[in-house]
Amino acid sequence: MTKELMKGNDAFAEAAVRAGVEGFFGYPITPASEFLEYMAKRMPELGRAFLQAESEIGAIHMVYGAACAGVRSLTATSGPGLSLMSEALSYIAGTEVPAVVVNVMRGGPGLGNIAPSQSDYNQMVKGGGHGDYFPIVLAPATVQEAIDHITLAFDLADKYRSLVFIAVDGNLGQMMEPAELPPMRVLPEEPPSWSVYGAKDREPNILTSIYIDPPDEEVTNIRLLRRWMEVEKNEIRYKEYELEDAEIAVISFGVAGRICSSALRTAREEGVKVGMIRPITLAPFPTEAIRELSKRVRRILVVEMNTGQMLNDVKQAVGGRVPIEFYGRIGGITPLPDEILEEIHRVNQNTEDIADGQEKVEWLERLEARIERGDQ
Amino acid sequence: MIEMEVVYSRPESFTPTTTHYCPGCTHGTAHRLVAEVLDEMGIREKAIGVAPVGCSVFAYDYFNHDFVEAAHGRAPAMATGIKRVRPNNTVYTYQGDGDLASIGMAEIVHAAIRGENITVIFINNAIYGMTGGQMAPTTLPGMRTTSSPGGRDVETMGYPVRMSEMLSTIDGTSYAVRRSLHNPANVRKSKKAIRRAFEVQERGMGFAMVELLSSCPTNLKFTPQQALDFVGDQMVSYYPLGDYKVAPEVKALKV
Repeated sequence: MTKELMKGNDAFAEAAVRAGVEGFFGYPITPASEFLEYMAKRMPELGRAFLQAESEIGAIHMVYGAACAGVRSLTATSGPGLSLMSEALSYIAGTEVPAVVVNVMRGGPGLGNIAPSQSDYNQMVKGGGHGDYFPIVLAPATVQEAIDHITLAFDLADKYRSLVFIAVDGNLGQMMEPAELPPMRVLPEEPPSWSVYGAKDREPNILTSIYIDPPDEEVTNIRLLRRWMEVEKNEIRYKEYELEDAEIAVISFGVAGRICSSALRTAREEGVKVGMIRPITLAPFPTEAIRELSKRVRRILVVEMNTGQMLNDVKQAVGGRVPIEFYGRIGGITPLPDEILEEIHRVNQNTEDIADGQEKVEWLERLEARIERGDQ
Repeated sequence: MIEMEVVYSRPESFTPTTTHYCPGCTHGTAHRLVAEVLDEMGIREKAIGVAPVGCSVFAYDYFNHDFVEAAHGRAPAMATGIKRVRPNNTVYTYQGDGDLASIGMAEIVHAAIRGENITVIFINNAIYGMTGGQMAPTTLPGMRTTSSPGGRDVETMGYPVRMSEMLSTIDGTSYAVRRSLHNPANVRKSKKAIRRAFEVQERGMGFAMVELLSSCPTNLKFTPQQALDFVGDQMVSYYPLGDYKVAPEVKALKV
């Protein structure tokens, strides 16, 4: 296969087709709508199910139904849509059926705006819906990575009968990049044995998330947790950048991580011994890798396009071992490499301790000063 | 030797279980009618039921075929997802009035708008059963419930909704009828309607719903007989029995 120049959302949708999606159900929302539009054309060509639902609630419950029927199914949405889907996400997790949700994130809260953001970190990583459950969350930084994550998401969803989110920053959905698509997956001939497809010559399959007797629910919760522990053991993914001799480290995910990596290259050229960990699985989180890293560096800078949601997970991993600083752009603003470079230099020169919580106070002072100056 | 003929037996689509339903509740009757129809049409082995949230949340315990359990009101969306990817299966929802006519109003209306090729069994007993007798969208004017203790005041609590009439106005609806389960004659008519609603799906004719007026003695604080009388007298007069939408091709069906 050769690389083609593709718009993010179109490429992700085609990747989903090739990953063997047999049911797509969605509702228009910027900046994810191209995904829906692409599927509207492509799925019927292949005789697969496509439906524009009446709402995100409808869409995700259709995904839930199709997932119970044992086919690969997904939806693509953005924050406000994901909020509406929270109900079904919990049911999908509670019923232990595989499903994939692509969240092309935009600025919030509320209606917010349609510019890129990473402010749905907590919503996805911490579950989003009610009850004890543990979705897998992937965070691609390039169009190619997002394409690869679509296949990975379905493989993980099937393997663990789990809900998998792909946290796509709005930039990725909208940008064009050269990328390579996977080959077309041959669709399975037989439905999974646990799914509903008609009880011919077997006992009925019942798929439910209700366990009315607390001991049954407790056993279910234990099963979900044990499965999650397996996920934590096997599926943590992250990328390391120039960590061998690093004295300070950046931790950043998705598009923010990509911008950081370019700032990092410049900083290296300017003599700063800086490295980076870019979590690829936000859940399970690379806690151990960050803990180990915190034993080798003297300072950590967390960069996100939100008010510091992953920051809390980083803090937990670091356990106060080294000072942690934070830099974020919010409201749908993407930071520029120069901005991050400035931060890297500042962090590199800073030797002061920072009390827990103070990193945000200081960040806000710097950010507000920047806004005041009229800098981008 | 006297020749024996079996006149009554448990349908294969029904599990040999005692239901959890209250004495005098018509859920069991409605379940049995569905099971008989699935047997008679020979479609048990491809049937997929979608259970609601409400008293019939455990409907799948009583049916001998594949079943899923939907979130409150979302059964038509879930059924849509199943039917679209498994068009050769028979997919039906079984929903109460709170489920279908309140929290799930958008899902049922849009399933009808799309002419979704599913069958809907709608149990209207004018009350929330499982949560303990609160006002339903179908609670009659003046009816006392735990959340309308002074009686349903339509000025502040709105009017009961007539779903069969409402869905009959939608082009995508092929079959929308109301029957009642308050006496044997109406039970027999209900079964015929259920049969037709499944035939509609089997022939790919689109969206079919049978509304069944049902009893809830426990929450209405009636004896079983009083509860059935309430259905036959009060409910039937607010919710007239009849065929609200029978598309021409459905009318032509020989059932």
